Amino acid sequence: MTYVARQALLMIPTLIIISIISFIIIQLPPGDFLSTYIAQLEASGADVDDATVIALNRRYGLDRPVYVQYWRWATGMLRGDFGQSFEWNRPVSTLIWGRLALTFVVSLFTLVFTWIVAIPIGIYSATHQYSFGDYFFTFLAFIGVAIPNFLLALVLMWVSFSYFGQSVGGLFAAEYIDAPWSWAKFTDMLTRIWIPVVVIGTAGTAGLMRTLRANLLDELSKPYVETARAKGVSERRLLYKYPVRVALIPFISTVGWMLPVLISGETITAVVLNLPTTGPLLLRALQSQDMYLAGSFIMLLSVLTVIGTLISDILLAWLDPTIRYE
Amino acid sequence: MAEYENKPTGPQGEPIPEPSAAEGLDEGVAADEEQVLVASQWRLIWWKFRRHRLAMISAGILIIIYTLAIFCEFFAPYDPTQRDIMLTHVPPQRIRFVDSEGRFHWRPFVYGYDRQRDLDTMRIYYEVNEEKKFPLQFFVRRDPYKLWGMWESDLHLFGVKDGYVFLLGSDRLGRDMLSRVLYGARISTSIGLVGVFLSLLLGVVIGGFAGYIGGIFDSITMRIIEIVRSIPTIPLWMGLSAALPPHWPQIRVYFGITVILSLIGWTQLARVVRSRFLSLREEDFVTAARLAGANEWRIIMRHMVPSFSSYIIAAITLAIPSMIIGETSLSFLGLGLQSPAISWGVLLQEAQNIRTVALSPWLLLPGLMVIITVLAFNFLGDGLRDAADPYSR
Repeated sequence: MTYVARQALLMIPTLIIISIISFIIIQLPPGDFLSTYIAQLEASGADVDDATVIALNRRYGLDRPVYVQYWRWATGMLRGDFGQSFEWNRPVSTLIWGRLALTFVVSLFTLVFTWIVAIPIGIYSATHQYSFGDYFFTFLAFIGVAIPNFLLALVLMWVSFSYFGQSVGGLFAAEYIDAPWSWAKFTDMLTRIWIPVVVIGTAGTAGLMRTLRANLLDELSKPYVETARAKGVSERRLLYKYPVRVALIPFISTVGWMLPVLISGETITAVVLNLPTTGPLLLRALQSQDMYLAGSFIMLLSVLTVIGTLISDILLAWLDPTIRYE
Repeated sequence: MAEYENKPTGPQGEPIPEPSAAEGLDEGVAADEEQVLVASQWRLIWWKFRRHRLAMISAGILIIIYTLAIFCEFFAPYDPTQRDIMLTHVPPQRIRFVDSEGRFHWRPFVYGYDRQRDLDTMRIYYEVNEEKKFPLQFFVRRDPYKLWGMWESDLHLFGVKDGYVFLLGSDRLGRDMLSRVLYGARISTSIGLVGVFLSLLLGVVIGGFAGYIGGIFDSITMRIIEIVRSIPTIPLWMGLSAALPPHWPQIRVYFGITVILSLIGWTQLARVVRSRFLSLREEDFVTAARLAGANEWRIIMRHMVPSFSSYIIAAITLAIPSMIIGETSLSFLGLGLQSPAISWGVLLQEAQNIRTVALSPWLLLPGLMVIITVLAFNFLGDGLRDAADPYSR
């Protein structure tokens, strides 16, 4: 329990630093949205006097010093207020939660997918070292790592468009996009979610299956396996009783760094496949310098991974008694 | 070395003479072994690396790619910005030796196309016209260029005198894809090298200090690295590169992007350097050097750096691909380099519209180049990592 509390406490400085980085990103672009907005107003012939500019500045809190702006933004977040989206003229919080939830769902599905695929292949490769299958999967793994996500998405779209005549973008069929959640909408999503899941999961699957293979090979050459074999334990039991379990530990411990990778891949894949997740909106926000929206996305995506890391640390401590709690 | 020290000795300590018959038989082997024993560390690494066939092939491929990139002006048949509105989206031409009448020609040639318009869909398509034969000329003088912006020339490896040659097709403005892919290689492959160099500087300095000093500095550094790594890279890169001023000249954007890429890249290298420092600090030869009165700087530079530089080389080789993928992804999203700069990512922007890709799939070829380069670096890095410690089995 103290271990859990300690790890949770350690999250706080991490989160503070991440919030500072996010805020720096918000502040970085030269010229803010407001000056662009005012320029647009002027160009469209509207009369913009100084009073309007000052009022707008005050409304978005841009007249205060930077640290005050940060403080307001950071403390606002704790209350669930992420500032105002300039472009949409709505509070950021009304724009992001739905998309963030879908990003989370896609990433979670991808994580499960990588495990389901990587575990059996990893075990097969280790038990059939240097066989044709082993080389085949090794080769696939290298290709999987080498293909950038967006390219794989493009190629999949191209293949399905020109050979099966259907476009694979989006997460929902047209009639479900604005519909409230229902069983039909959920099953419709399941028929479409596999494409982003495969695209995002390929690299991670490849990595994990190589890790599992290496770990299992290490484990299988240890004396205790030899002893068990000498005592007549069946090969099957020999494999699954201990070596596989030990070799699986990295699956839990890598969740921490898998999550940033998954969410990172999700962002760019979503742009290509036009998914209703964070990616396309983040890109739009960055292009139009809608910085509070963009910064909040980066902040919340990072928070998601930090929480994921915490969960994986706790799971690991629970599963692997050799890890000390100190 | 161990074998010499552990030679069996007689009661008085004099070496027991080995059986002479065995000596004669094993002379060749013994000579080889002796070579191994006196070989320098780098030579051992090279011997071990040489056995890794995939890594050797990859090294060859990378040398070719970088040569093409360095001299892209010469290898590209066209100026990559030269457009021709009558030759838009031309499919790749095949190099032929045998013409339609079955005659063999020593000089390879390509067939020209007839530009047609489908009257139902109003789409333009091309039909091979075997009447139009464009023989390839080698060392042809065509579009002038300035090699590395310094030497003027108009010599190209190949080209055609009349007609056109698009071995990888042409894009929506009728520009030669092969030339564009080659020019793109220059930016895309060099961004990986420059980015890795910057990461290496940061990584070695920070990781080295953390590993050597240890203590609180070490914990803080490790904590920072952990935090940086917990931020999803693509959103972070996107955020940072969106901040690059749009009016910057391309060369500054280029360096801006490399700096952004290496802001994340250094963490991996710093970890490698740190862990090597930590393990080497306890080694006997470091203690020996310290006892012999060597100062800290000499211990680091003379004794520690050489023994972990092979690991560093392997680590940076494995770090380059993520830089290349990073640049390509950012440029593809329109947040990195922008046209008129030519990089593989910029070229892939043209392939964003899936309908265009369906009609002219050769627009995806820059992506194939990315995959080949990344694969080659990964295999090379793997081979180097295995060879980095030549004493392990």
